[in-house]
Amino acid sequence: MNVLGWLNLPEYIMVILAGVLAGAISRVLLLRIDYRQYPGYPHGYLAHLSLGFIASALGAVAVPAILEPDYTAATFLALAAQQFREIRNIERKTLESLESTELVKRGLDYIEGIARTFEARNYLVMGTAFATSLATQLGGLSAAIITALAALFVCRHFMSGELIGNICDVVPAELSFDGPLLMVDEIGIMNIGLASMREKIVAEGLAVKIIPRDGNARATIHDIGQRNALAFTAAVILGTKKDVDIPEFTPMARKNPDTGDVGLYILPVEKDMERLIAAARLTPVLESARSKPLTAGSVVKAVRKKQAKGGLKK
Amino acid sequence: MNQNTDSIQAVVTVNKDKVSGGAPIFFARNENELVSVSVSLSKILDSTVHELERGTYILVRHG
Repeated sequence: MNVLGWLNLPEYIMVILAGVLAGAISRVLLLRIDYRQYPGYPHGYLAHLSLGFIASALGAVAVPAILEPDYTAATFLALAAQQFREIRNIERKTLESLESTELVKRGLDYIEGIARTFEARNYLVMGTAFATSLATQLGGLSAAIITALAALFVCRHFMSGELIGNICDVVPAELSFDGPLLMVDEIGIMNIGLASMREKIVAEGLAVKIIPRDGNARATIHDIGQRNALAFTAAVILGTKKDVDIPEFTPMARKNPDTGDVGLYILPVEKDMERLIAAARLTPVLESARSKPLTAGSVVKAVRKKQAKGGLKK
Repeated sequence: MNQNTDSIQAVVTVNKDKVSGGAPIFFARNENELVSVSVSLSKILDSTVHELERGTYILVRHG
């Protein structure tokens, strides 16, 4: 801090700068372009980077505000939360309005998940900035660097959600027809009337079966939004031959009602089974679809015990 | 797909005595005509051709 003394900078400038820098870097890292291709344009990047910058500035300024002490100033963090909720609404609206012209739909669950992520990332950035500037204040630059790295690690590793590959096995499956009914192994997908379409689907289509590893996974892929997300990801990665006037080629995921296995059918531009399996495994588990009925066991047991004792009416 | 806005756009059949009702019905003379009419209609109406039974196709627009 002595080095900067001659520059005649304000007292807390290092604290704030360290926080802002760490926050901004974490936003850039979280905004890596991925296979979902969103946001894919410079304007989208700029909007998110600027908001990330504002978020990190807010987080970093909070430390001097508390130390000064100017406790009322810290309440602006609440205002920030309001702003970030607005981001979620904007993201949701943008994606929803694009959805109507999308041939293979993302589905509302996926959109909600993306919107929520964008909101949450700003809180992460704010937290990173706050922790870093606090460390700078208390322990100097070396502590700041360590804290910033730790915060970045937390952002990258703990906030990236589960993938379908973590909870399900994905195996290649066979496309066939039972009369007019298109089947993925034993799972019925849809009724295809025209023989020419049937031939094309059998010749050029691909299918996989997604087998849940336990009850929780079964409940997750039971969700329609989650299955929509699977079909969407597959279509993004492999391409689809679907067009407005050939709705037969819509990628679809249907489940076997008895086993909970999900069959995914797609008519890809590139017929590559390896990539389809990778696409299914890479699909994120949506927050809204995620469900853990197995862990509800303890609650159920407690209720049963009460019932046995006569504490609860049956 | 999931908004339950599916609607029957047309019915194409060779069995005149089997169908009647609200949706437009197209009668075909034979199986070949049945297929060609269905293909044309599916392109025109952007809908999927489903086989209801032998000789009867329905064209459905899914949500």
